[in-house]
Amino acid sequence: MATINVLILVCLGYVVFLFAVAFAADRMAAAGRGKWLRSPLIYTLSLSIYCTAWTFYGAVGNAARSGLEFVTIYLGPTLVMVSWWWGLRKLVRVGRSQRVTSIADLLSSRYGKSNTLAVCVTILAVLGGTPYIALQLQSITLSFSIFAEADPSGLYREGSSVFWVAAGLAVFAILFGTRNLDVNERHHGVVTAIAVEAVVKLFALIAVGVFVVWGIAGGVGPMMERIDASEIGQWNVDAGRWTTFIFLSAAAFICLPRMFQVLVVENDDEGHLRTAAWAFPLYLLLMSLFVVPIAVVGLDLLPEGANPDLFVLTVPLSQGNDWLAMLSFIGGFSSATSMVIVSAMALSTMVSNHVVMPIWLNTHEGTGSVSGDVRSVVLMARRISIAAIMALGYFYYRLSGGGAALASIGLIAFAGISQILPALVGGLFWRGATRTGALVGLTVGFIFWIYTLLLPGMGEPWMPETVLQNGLFGLGWLRPHALFGIEGIDPMVHTVMWSLSLNTIAFCVASLLSFPSPLERLQGAQFVNVFDHSVSPRGWSGSVAQSEDLMIMTQRILGTSPAQDFFQTEAEKQGGRSHMPEPTPGFLNRLERELSGSVGTATAHAMIGQIVGGSSVSVEDLLAVADESAQLLEYSGQLEEKSSELSRTARQLREANTKLTQISEQKDSFLSQVSHELRTPMTSIRAFSEIMRDTEGLTNEEQTRYAAIIHDEALRLTRLLDDLLDLSVLENGQVNLNLSDDSLRSVLDRAVSSALAGADRKITVRRTFPAERILLHTDLDRLGQVFINLISNAQKYCDAEEPVLVISAHDVGGRVIIDFTDNGSGIPPGARSMVFEKFARVGVDKAGGAGLGLAICREIMQRLGGEITYLPGQGGAAFRVSLPLAFQQAAQ
Amino acid sequence: MSRKVLLIEDEPNIAEAIRFLLTREGWQVETHGDGTDAVQVIAGAQPDLVILDVMLPGKSGMDILRDIREMEELAGLPVLMLTARGQSRDREMAENAGVSRFMTKPFSNAEVLTAVRDLHAQATRL
Repeated sequence: MATINVLILVCLGYVVFLFAVAFAADRMAAAGRGKWLRSPLIYTLSLSIYCTAWTFYGAVGNAARSGLEFVTIYLGPTLVMVSWWWGLRKLVRVGRSQRVTSIADLLSSRYGKSNTLAVCVTILAVLGGTPYIALQLQSITLSFSIFAEADPSGLYREGSSVFWVAAGLAVFAILFGTRNLDVNERHHGVVTAIAVEAVVKLFALIAVGVFVVWGIAGGVGPMMERIDASEIGQWNVDAGRWTTFIFLSAAAFICLPRMFQVLVVENDDEGHLRTAAWAFPLYLLLMSLFVVPIAVVGLDLLPEGANPDLFVLTVPLSQGNDWLAMLSFIGGFSSATSMVIVSAMALSTMVSNHVVMPIWLNTHEGTGSVSGDVRSVVLMARRISIAAIMALGYFYYRLSGGGAALASIGLIAFAGISQILPALVGGLFWRGATRTGALVGLTVGFIFWIYTLLLPGMGEPWMPETVLQNGLFGLGWLRPHALFGIEGIDPMVHTVMWSLSLNTIAFCVASLLSFPSPLERLQGAQFVNVFDHSVSPRGWSGSVAQSEDLMIMTQRILGTSPAQDFFQTEAEKQGGRSHMPEPTPGFLNRLERELSGSVGTATAHAMIGQIVGGSSVSVEDLLAVADESAQLLEYSGQLEEKSSELSRTARQLREANTKLTQISEQKDSFLSQVSHELRTPMTSIRAFSEIMRDTEGLTNEEQTRYAAIIHDEALRLTRLLDDLLDLSVLENGQVNLNLSDDSLRSVLDRAVSSALAGADRKITVRRTFPAERILLHTDLDRLGQVFINLISNAQKYCDAEEPVLVISAHDVGGRVIIDFTDNGSGIPPGARSMVFEKFARVGVDKAGGAGLGLAICREIMQRLGGEITYLPGQGGAAFRVSLPLAFQQAAQ
Repeated sequence: MSRKVLLIEDEPNIAEAIRFLLTREGWQVETHGDGTDAVQVIAGAQPDLVILDVMLPGKSGMDILRDIREMEELAGLPVLMLTARGQSRDREMAENAGVSRFMTKPFSNAEVLTAVRDLHAQATRL
């Protein structure tokens, strides 16, 4: 019998071999050699991490306990691979085009780069993944202990061995999983190592199977008889459990972080899926081929109570075939280690990208933003995360004591991780799916999974017996295994049914009710329509063609000769063999800077990325482009507005200037006229006073006459000044109206007598007294002033031989109209429009008026809410005064 | 020889004052109060000197001056211009139009007399 020490030695040797394989593969990939590293075969084999120790050992155990039910675990992935390969292709395409690093990243990316969602998925994955890692550790310990029982004197110590295994796996994952930060997140070393392990475990299981069938049972025929004789061969298919398990394993195949890692992240070429679609089911078939024979023979050969999970080991051992047992052990070891390594890598990527880095970036905001610095931080975060996850698995194993059946832990984890499925599938095929929907669905599913499966599975004190029996808070419909009163279902089926259906419903309803952000909508479109606008993510080649494309693009943007100059210079810098520069990163950076001067940073980046990157333009790029154009649009809009505002202001200024010029001209003309009107009487006064002073021998008549002229001219000056002041007051609106009541008749009476008092020329005034019986409420003195002006004008200027002035009044709807018409020759048509202007005088002013009278009348009538107009065609000069019967403030 | 002055002024009182002054100096004074036909009146009266107001009804003194300066027989006629507006622009305009002397109202009698004497002396000396 092989000693445990030999086993440990072989084990160590195997590990060293794996290290060497991984190391060599990494080196080859780095050197650009080893195309077979990226072959569909390697890809298919790497998928075999689906077959963990649980499948390697547990399938036989499961078969021994529940018959053919174990097949479901293989049927799920087979169905996915065969009938849903187009869905997988979409998943892979999306993952590649979005540079997705994990399943958490995928969901976060799909739902508008939501880190909350990523954190949720990460927590779920860690919660589901940790027991699974513990399970692998347990399988290794159990298998060790089988050998240790046979050789108690060996070096093997159960407690410490788990620790060392966990530590070793952590070292492996850290070494090959976080060697450097590849943008594509591919780890050729690890993938190659697990491909090797896949071969080893398949070989080991087949070897055991062949030994059992031909070595023990004695061929296929006798073997079939033995199977028929045993209970396993009887097909008692529980449809509910079968459907559930097939569905669960299919879901887990897509959703498990480690599966996502090898299926999507490590995928080199979408075309590999075509091979994997038949090769992986074939692999699963081979893995399951001898499960039943081993179980049947194990049940036959081994004593009652032997652990069926370990038949793969114990059957060869019982037959004394130590080397086969050792091979089998290495197979199981391979299953466990490959799963643990990939799991730790996938989980650590999620933990470091979505939990550690956001926290680190928040606390180090503004500092250490140098990319090299962040790089090392990311690597360190990954390494620590791997160690932490391994530690978590280790402690879970220590605490749980490793009692539960292996398979049940696996299924619990499957049920947990499959809660991602609605959000994942919905995100790929339904544009209406929103972040809120994904979060709500995930949370609902997660809670039901914990309550109905995880906690009851952990037993006391996590799930008290009373709750299990009577429901939470004593509510019967909340019993973990009989929700809403539906009893008698298998707990697993019960959980999957409730959690996933409620999850899906919550996801759909919340998606329909919530409104996605623009980024989310764009990302949704990118995901759902990934085949419409992503460039096939193959590597590109033919750099000259690229340079030409870049040249054409640059010419369009910069113009032909600047573009040619730029490319020429760059080509010379590079050594100048060709007129086209190689698209080196430095050149591309300079080109991007050059272009961004014309089209903006984001656009330049997206354009170059489109040509060189081979990958599609990301949504952020598009959004940044849109932002830039929006800013430009806004800016040019602002400019346009500014310019129209300026021209508006300029027009206003011009108008104001014209107005000011007019006012200034009016003022000049007014001052000039005032000057004239003042100087004229003063000239007479000065001349005659000098005459009287200087001339001797003036006759008395002369003296009297000249004194009279001086007196008249002085009066004229006074009148002029009075009129000017009056007009100024009226025009400035400073006049205080003195409102009172009287009849029109008495106002006219006073005006007529005042105007005609002392007049040297006679004029007959005719009035219609009955019509003048109109009561007025207004400033009667001002109105009288207007009347006096009009009457004395007629008296002065009417050139008829028998001057007659007719004053007629009418009351027209609240207004009174008074016409003053004389029988003279009137005002010539050309001068009519001028009579109300200041200093407007028609003909020779025989009476010496300053020409302000009618201007004053017009101002007064405006103040009183009325008007004064010239009435043409009345025979003589005719003025019409109209005003409201009662003065109203508003009438002003 | 009788010296004749033609006074074109629409203000009767001013015209009377100037007439009084110049008559005492031995001038024969004729007056006319309207601008419209002033040029014809000047041409017909054949005065030795014209005193011309600027602001006249019908036609401004400036236009009258320009017109007579364009007439051959009146081009050298001494013209004393009087204005009540008193702006420097008026003086320039008058000088451009060929005024002999320009005075602003109100004037002192002595100024008018001196101006008339000077203008007449200049004209006779030529």
